[in-house]
Amino acid sequence: MRPILMKGHERPLTFLKYNRDGDLLFSCAKDHTPTVWFADNGERLGTYRGHNGAVWCCDVSRDSSLLITGSADQTAKLWDVKKGTQLYTFNFDSPTRSVDFGVGDKLAVITTDPFMGLPSAIQVKRIARDPIDQAGESVLVLKGPQGRINRAVWGPLNKTIISAGEDKVVRIWDSETGKLIKESDKETGHQKPITSLSKSIDGTHFITGSLDKSAKLWDTRTLTLLKTYMTERPVNAVTMSPLLDHVVLGGGQDASAVTTTDHRAGKFEAKFYDKILQEEIGGVKGHFGPINALAFNPDGRSFASGGEDGYVRLHHFDPDYFNIKI
Amino acid sequence: MASEVMMSMEDIRAAGSRLDIDFSEVDLDSIRLPPGDDFGIISDDEDLKEEEELEFEVGFGNIIVVDNLPVVPKEKFDKLEGVIRKIYSQIGVIKDDGLWMPVDLDTGKTLGYCFIEYNTPQEAELAKEKTNGYKLDRSHIFAVNMFDDIEKFMKVPDEWAPPETKPYTPGENLQHWLTDEKARDQFVIRAGSDTEVLWNDARQLKPDPVYKRSFWTDSFVQWSPLGTYLATLHRQGAAVWGGATTFNRLMRYAHPQVKLIDFSPGERFLVTYSSHEPSNPRDTHRVVLNIFDVRSGKLMRDFKGSADEFAIGGTGGVSGVSWPVFRWDGGKDDQYFARIGKNVVSVYETETFTLIDKKSMKVENVMDFSWSPTDPILALFVPELGGGNQPARVSLVQIPSKEELRQKNLFSVSDCKMYWQSNGEYLAVKVDRYTKTKKSTYTGFELFRIKERDIPIEVLELENKNDKIIAFAWEPKGHRFAVIHGDNPRPDVSFYSMRTAHNTGRVSKLTTIKGKQANALFWSPAGRFIVLAGLKGLNGQLEFYNVDDLETMATAEHFMATDIEWDPTGRYVATSVTSVHEMENGFNIWSFNGKLLYRILKDHFFQYSWRPRPPSLLSPEKEEEISKNLKKYSKKYEAEDQDVSLQLSEQEREKRKILKEEWERWISEWKRLQEEEKLERQKLRDGEASDEEEEYEAKEVEVEELLDVSKEIISFD
Repeated sequence: MRPILMKGHERPLTFLKYNRDGDLLFSCAKDHTPTVWFADNGERLGTYRGHNGAVWCCDVSRDSSLLITGSADQTAKLWDVKKGTQLYTFNFDSPTRSVDFGVGDKLAVITTDPFMGLPSAIQVKRIARDPIDQAGESVLVLKGPQGRINRAVWGPLNKTIISAGEDKVVRIWDSETGKLIKESDKETGHQKPITSLSKSIDGTHFITGSLDKSAKLWDTRTLTLLKTYMTERPVNAVTMSPLLDHVVLGGGQDASAVTTTDHRAGKFEAKFYDKILQEEIGGVKGHFGPINALAFNPDGRSFASGGEDGYVRLHHFDPDYFNIKI
Repeated sequence: MASEVMMSMEDIRAAGSRLDIDFSEVDLDSIRLPPGDDFGIISDDEDLKEEEELEFEVGFGNIIVVDNLPVVPKEKFDKLEGVIRKIYSQIGVIKDDGLWMPVDLDTGKTLGYCFIEYNTPQEAELAKEKTNGYKLDRSHIFAVNMFDDIEKFMKVPDEWAPPETKPYTPGENLQHWLTDEKARDQFVIRAGSDTEVLWNDARQLKPDPVYKRSFWTDSFVQWSPLGTYLATLHRQGAAVWGGATTFNRLMRYAHPQVKLIDFSPGERFLVTYSSHEPSNPRDTHRVVLNIFDVRSGKLMRDFKGSADEFAIGGTGGVSGVSWPVFRWDGGKDDQYFARIGKNVVSVYETETFTLIDKKSMKVENVMDFSWSPTDPILALFVPELGGGNQPARVSLVQIPSKEELRQKNLFSVSDCKMYWQSNGEYLAVKVDRYTKTKKSTYTGFELFRIKERDIPIEVLELENKNDKIIAFAWEPKGHRFAVIHGDNPRPDVSFYSMRTAHNTGRVSKLTTIKGKQANALFWSPAGRFIVLAGLKGLNGQLEFYNVDDLETMATAEHFMATDIEWDPTGRYVATSVTSVHEMENGFNIWSFNGKLLYRILKDHFFQYSWRPRPPSLLSPEKEEEISKNLKKYSKKYEAEDQDVSLQLSEQEREKRKILKEEWERWISEWKRLQEEEKLERQKLRDGEASDEEEEYEAKEVEVEELLDVSKEIISFD
């Protein structure tokens, strides 16, 4: 089906997130306003105004009432999804890069960038049931990885935190003690900074995308490397279909290195791979710039991509898609 | 000079005792010079540099010895000296008192030799090159040597000793790769710092590694024309590699800073080239060319001179040296090689490595030349002279007789290019002519039939005379050629044959295909098939065309492709994207009919090159017999192909099955773990049972939406 072009952001997209019901799509961009859309027809529902910098990441609670956003303005904010009002602001000393609610939405993991001599950090906050009781302290602060930590997410039962970033290593931390449990192997792991990380719908495995032009599939509990997907472009965004054994990689040349000759030169395609056989199935073209964000609708029947070009493209699959055989 | 700066150990001890220093107590390793000041002490690494210069600054490199002078009495001494001075001061500046002719103290007669000292070794070298063998008169032929070499010559023993015969050691079979059971071809690739030789295993749809080495070459690698050797370039010179099973170094050829190499077509000789910065920036680069015997490594002849001398084109003004400087005649024996100079074409023969008839061919204003690929025939092009008073001409010259076989005068010519057909049967000369107004040019072809009596010439003009010729290519070993012509971005491609249906020896057009995104032509080495390619600006469009049936077999694209090469048998085509582009680096292998077989990506991809094959050993009759009974012969191979493809799909199925099973195991393990944690998770979610809900049910919901309402009045007619 023809994709729906959603034009609402004025700057490159950074992150996309569906709520659990799959009826809402949240988008973050370098303009300062996260936006929520109807996931079915792409209609803009509202914006969340209050950030004063690029918004890098967001997460929405299971009941779709609470939104958390992380921004380069050195804050993470909690929002009322329905009203669009700010509920709380976490202040940091450096830009926040990624946010993720734990199971039960009572914990959030937030990563902060290295900034003005400060090292990067992974911080755990308790999320209060009632915003009035919300406190700003971190329950846990993890430090160690070199460079930016591009993504940190919760492991099963909130017992672990999985992080990945510029130092190419995927790490599993104990969320109770803050101890490092596992590290990905330097030989078999990514060879260049990891740009993105996305969990499967049940959280048992996750996929990472890297500038080394590959994406890798890992076991969440054991950090076993399961699969590697090779592509021809640096990977900026990854996601997995909750319905079929498909993974989607998005990326393209760095915006600064994009050729001006031919839009195909950048390969700004969302590439579909067979999750098990690691073979390319197809691609979805359309963006004029690298793809920075990808998200699959939890029903597996549509997906959204966000590009450096400032557009969100919403793709509902044709019936043929569900009959692909390779 | 190093010895002036460095003190000897004795000097140091003497100085030490003077200053009351006991050297046994001095820890030399603890001494550090202040940064930025070396006190004139040369560090080890600078030492190396120093040594290179040493050869120029000291020694007697600027002195030559001239032998075989006439022996003259005292009275004639001044006259002889005058003559010698006159000859040698033309070449360079002789130092004051730089000419010394010793005399016999008893008789006062000269001894028949003299020493000449120039300001620079370069002048001395030049004087040696120019005057060695100079005939002063019949009985006095100068023998000029460098003074530094004299010592070397003195060491030559007076008695001739028979050279030591080394015991025979059987060499490796350098043609072993041709005996591959699966009749595969090899190719070499360079990517990053690695150079790798691989088999093209097209049946298995992948390459099969043969040999890999990091930093194998300093710049590029090159196969010899028959595929026997792989040449690598290094700072110190070139080397060739080969062998039965792997790649061993077979020979080295010393040539500092070698930049370019070229093999003779029969692989007997290797030409190496280097260009050196002049010490004086106003001078042109110095060029050194060496010709080696490939098998023995012996230097057969060297050429030195300024870059200008080796620049092509008689009229001058063309900068840089066009490679190859020496062009070899096409025969397998590597008998002749030639180079172009100002108003001359110099043809050398490899028996003695001297000019044929001891002199170059004088051709006023010669611009370009080329050998027939099979016969010792030279084609020369001379442009128009005197504003059109003297026409331009193309002439064919037989070597070694230097007899002109055929000549064609051409008028109002702006440029000419010569294309030989690979069997040397035809020569096509592309002639750009000025229109009457002289403002623009148009193009036509002069077609020579070399093998026919009197070499008839035919003129071919395109239907649209104003079409630009973008590319021209002969069918290898065939009678057809292809031309890309046109003015717009989608030019036409035309095919011509040198024969007509009734074989009357007239050129005829076969077809024109219109509007192709192509700018380069690549014939299969076996003929019949051709790839029309749009490289560079056209993003790598490929069209596989069958010229026998005049139909397109396939169109494809290798995005950004920069290079295309057919394998030597004409079965496969390799297209590659080299590192001129940042992205997409790697190569694709296609079948002759345009089916993509496999695709390999490699970052920093520099070079792809098929290993050439020597010509087939089958007689033409045998070849014809085979092509007639192709069905019989191909049966065996088709069966093999079938087996392999069955095996492949079997393997593929097996592989997929294993992967699926492995995946299933993981899934079930995950399911089990999720089940175990179910209650805990529920607790975390305040009792909300969640796991069931994670399985999604797709419900069809129909939504009707009113987009627009408009009213339109339709009139009835």
